Amino acid sequence: MTEHFPVFIVLIPFFGALLCGLLGMRWPRVCPGIALAGMGLAVVVAAAILQRVAEVGEWSYFVGKWEQPRGIGIELRVDGINALVLSAVAVVGWLVAVFSPGRLGRDEESKPTQFYILFLLLMTGLFGITVTGDAFNLYVMIEISALTGYALLAMGPHSRARLATFNYLIMGTIGASFYLLGVGYLYLHTGMLNMAGIHTVLAANPASSVALVAFTLIMVGLWLKMALFPLGGWLPNVYTYGPPLAAAAAAPLVTKVTVYVMVRMMVTVFGWKWVFGGGGWNEAVVWLAVVAILAGALMALAAKDLKRMLCCLILSEVGYMVGGAWLANRWGMTGAIYHILGDAFMTLTLFLAAGVLAGRAAIFKLERFEGMFRRQPWVMAAFAVGALGMIGLPPTCGFFSKWFLIRGGLEAGHYGYVGALIVSSLINAVLFFRIFEIAVFGSKPGKHGYDGPQVVVEPDGVKAKGGDLLALYGAAAMVVVVGLGSGWISGVIQRALEVNGVPLAAPAVLAPAVDETPTNDH
Amino acid sequence: MPETVDSLSPLFAWLVSLALVPVLLVLRKRPNLRDGASLVAGVVKLALVISLVPLVTAGKVVVVTLAEVLPGLPIQFRVDGLGLLFALVASGLWIVTTLYAMGYMRGLDEHSQTRFYSFFAVSLSATLGVAFAGNLLTLYLFYELLSLSTWPLVTHHGDAEGRSGGRTYLAYLLGSSIGLALPALIFCYMRSGGNMDFTTTGFLAGKVSVVEGTVVLLMFTYGFAKAGLMPLHSWLPAAMVAPTPVSALLHAVAVVKVGVFCVIRVFTGVFGIEFLRGIPGAQIVAALAGITIVVSSLIALSQDNLKRRLAFSTIGQLSYIIMGVALLSDNGTVGSIMHIATHAFGKITLFFCAGAIYVATGKKYVSQMGGLGRRMPWTMGAFLVASLSIIGLPPGGGAWSKWYLLLGTLDAGAWWLAAALVASTLLNIGYLLPVAVSAFFGKAAEGDDGVGGEAPLACVIPLCLTALMTLVWFVFPGLLKTLASLMT
Amino acid sequence: MPTPFQILLHNFNYVCYVVLLMIGLHAMITKRNLIKKLIGMSVFSTAIILFYVSIGVNNGGDMLAGHDGRPVGNIPVLEHGIGHDAITHPETIDPRRYANPLPHVLMLTAIVVGVATLGVALAITQRVFQDYGTLEEDEILAQLNNPQENDD
Repeated sequence: MTEHFPVFIVLIPFFGALLCGLLGMRWPRVCPGIALAGMGLAVVVAAAILQRVAEVGEWSYFVGKWEQPRGIGIELRVDGINALVLSAVAVVGWLVAVFSPGRLGRDEESKPTQFYILFLLLMTGLFGITVTGDAFNLYVMIEISALTGYALLAMGPHSRARLATFNYLIMGTIGASFYLLGVGYLYLHTGMLNMAGIHTVLAANPASSVALVAFTLIMVGLWLKMALFPLGGWLPNVYTYGPPLAAAAAAPLVTKVTVYVMVRMMVTVFGWKWVFGGGGWNEAVVWLAVVAILAGALMALAAKDLKRMLCCLILSEVGYMVGGAWLANRWGMTGAIYHILGDAFMTLTLFLAAGVLAGRAAIFKLERFEGMFRRQPWVMAAFAVGALGMIGLPPTCGFFSKWFLIRGGLEAGHYGYVGALIVSSLINAVLFFRIFEIAVFGSKPGKHGYDGPQVVVEPDGVKAKGGDLLALYGAAAMVVVVGLGSGWISGVIQRALEVNGVPLAAPAVLAPAVDETPTNDH
Repeated sequence: MPETVDSLSPLFAWLVSLALVPVLLVLRKRPNLRDGASLVAGVVKLALVISLVPLVTAGKVVVVTLAEVLPGLPIQFRVDGLGLLFALVASGLWIVTTLYAMGYMRGLDEHSQTRFYSFFAVSLSATLGVAFAGNLLTLYLFYELLSLSTWPLVTHHGDAEGRSGGRTYLAYLLGSSIGLALPALIFCYMRSGGNMDFTTTGFLAGKVSVVEGTVVLLMFTYGFAKAGLMPLHSWLPAAMVAPTPVSALLHAVAVVKVGVFCVIRVFTGVFGIEFLRGIPGAQIVAALAGITIVVSSLIALSQDNLKRRLAFSTIGQLSYIIMGVALLSDNGTVGSIMHIATHAFGKITLFFCAGAIYVATGKKYVSQMGGLGRRMPWTMGAFLVASLSIIGLPPGGGAWSKWYLLLGTLDAGAWWLAAALVASTLLNIGYLLPVAVSAFFGKAAEGDDGVGGEAPLACVIPLCLTALMTLVWFVFPGLLKTLASLMT
Repeated sequence: MPTPFQILLHNFNYVCYVVLLMIGLHAMITKRNLIKKLIGMSVFSTAIILFYVSIGVNNGGDMLAGHDGRPVGNIPVLEHGIGHDAITHPETIDPRRYANPLPHVLMLTAIVVGVATLGVALAITQRVFQDYGTLEEDEILAQLNNPQENDD
């Protein structure tokens, strides 16, 4: 039984969606339960996979036992990297499932069945992306998650949701199609679709313009889908105007999983030597990432409402990850992968909190935070944890991501990237403390002894219910747990990277200028 | 290497004030019980810290590991002489400050007292975390937590001044710690091969070049901006918008002491005194400290607002501590560590007096304080005694620390730093003594009707206690000297 | 050394697909009408399908040849058929005589994906029309900037 787990994890939400479809038409009340049970099961399976991979190593599974010598199987391949991402996606999905019942009555115009079907299919797609070891299968999974995402996000009450989603659809299709084209070129060059197979052939025939075109197309396609600035113009509108619940489900996951795909392409398919061996154009990509980080941070500063601010921060975070991955050293890549996990939870916490605070509204102007610490102390406490993570203060996971990424940047000698990370941390501090100030003291300073507006009753009747708080605190707790567990997590990542041939230092690293031979006094 | 002992006492001492917070929240409607709970927690905390004294003075080091975060880099407590001295000062003064705060806050009928005491307690936990920190990561963690937990205290009043003061506070502290200390921290991690425990000889010794060492040293010294080295000192006067118990906490118990503590740790535990002799970094820091000492004393002279005057005085005194350790001499190090304690008691007394004066008479400016001594003899008497300690004249306890500092400058051959010390002592006399003198012997200011007496008892008792302690430190400096000498 | 024109002629199918790709991309990005964007999207995906189909052609094409003249990757057709006929009639299935079926199979999937995307896109477009009464992006934006927008 357990040997089929890699395919189970994809099938569980799929059958959940099927069940929701069959039963939900008649009995809509069943759907939240199915989703909760399904996602719970998925978490357990993901944990089991993670445990096995952490102990034993890579797990290779051929669907239907069509194995490699015949050359036509679809392989699911789980190593340390995607086991961790898988677990993170599963936990986020489960937390959203916990959060959803309380919200659905108000937000999704009461279409719970459709929401759950789409949500479970979205999770199917995301799990599929994470476990697959076949390049074309990856495209199919990307499209599954993309299409369900479009449908989910278009369901919002706000009229701009449709237009924003249409735009997203266009950009997303371009991105996925570029990826497909790239895979086509790879197939042209190697005759294989299996990722490991492609790698073997590429390693034997590295110098090829076809492979170069393939790589470029794949990268550009992925950058479009993960919203790397300046290709990310679609993101802020979509998650701001989309239904809060769908945004909370998609925002933490979709872009991060796409970053994982980029890492997988770089590390496994093309291979470290191929990507970083020839020429210094990785520096250019890191500079692009620097621009993304700073642009996201500045746009967030200019944003007048909460959700738009959070979306711009996502743009910044994508810059962190792309920069880290392209630094060409193991620590940068570790930081990028670790940040996938951490950012998923931080974004989830902030979006869930935004979902509770904003209610139905898409626009939640910052002034409306007035006195929020008094009105909704529990929600604000969780929000504060997410905020501290974004700023990068220990012991949250945000601190450790910055730790790994800065270390990678220092080792690679890329001080621009390090500077951008620090500046963005400081800008995040300004952003969130601005909110805290308003939340504690109100937007207009009063006289001495002013404690914030004395508001007793919520003006729009938004109260946080039990399920909401459970999900919110689950997410906030994960932010800290991932932080405290960073040693173990980075160990798993590093072992997986080593297997994939990632060297410890960049090809041209600055050697430490020491006077004597360094000694280790442990 | 000193022998290590495993014990949970440091963990409990750290936890006490955190565990107090839910108790305070539950008791928020019963102010007497609530404040009583604070006091009880303070006593328990002090008792736990004192229990560590025999172990540490015997030369052992107490270790508690909280969580293994990165391989080889746990969140860990490691109590040695320096840490214990700071912990004693902080826990002891917490009790006194709580008592004082009770009098002050009730005397002015301040709002949100529960929030105040809660964040006070959290700040104390963070302070103890820094005191007990066994490696750079733990130190940084609790340093940041302290910045965050003191922000609600600084902005307590909630008015425009409070908010802008709070912003300046955070801007300086977070900006410097994220911008300077964090990269330096990571650089150390890279070079040290993953082990950042504070050792007696410095874990970075021999692993960095001269240039790198100097740059990193400076990054740390300015990154820990709570140490108030100019020009990153402006947050301190800006933070004076806080209620006086908070100012007392900032100046004496927690914040600035954490800053210089971190600097001392960097000098002794990260680089090691021996290694520092080989790089110019320490001399640069000593020079900057010397400049800060003189300039801040001059600025203090010009301030009429008593709290601001005291703030600039603190900036100067902090630089004594920095200078002491930057001299790289045993006497200097001992003097600087002892000064943490003697300055704490002296300065807290001065702040208590400033607050008491405000509660009793509403006055904030020195020029208004003429003749006050006749109405508030205990307060101004304590002020006088504490001034002596700060100035460094017997019978103030500060005399000992200044003595060792002076010896340290002579050991290091830094004549001009000795001159700076002497000059600043004269300036200290200039800006502190006249306050007390005019209070006792001067005329009452215009518009002063001479009515009213001392501040509430809950305010006066603490300040008398702390003033008394400065005298005690003069007569019995032994404990301080022993703990300080363990670091050399 | 073949002239550029000869190269162009030889790879005529690839040139076609590139042209279609560009037309589709151009339409998606520059056209103001939502339906025209969708048409562009269809043209774009058709170009990609054409490309893949071109790969499968088996006239020696562009596939890398291994040392024995056979393509490096496997054409995924089970050799020699199935069953005892294969032994008596070894010429039953010779992969070298057939176009590579794999790209065709992949493109079936891609076509389906394209259809689904089009379906979702048209549904969204319908809702947009219901909300704004027009499918021209300029007019929609004008309506949005109208002071009567219901931003809550």
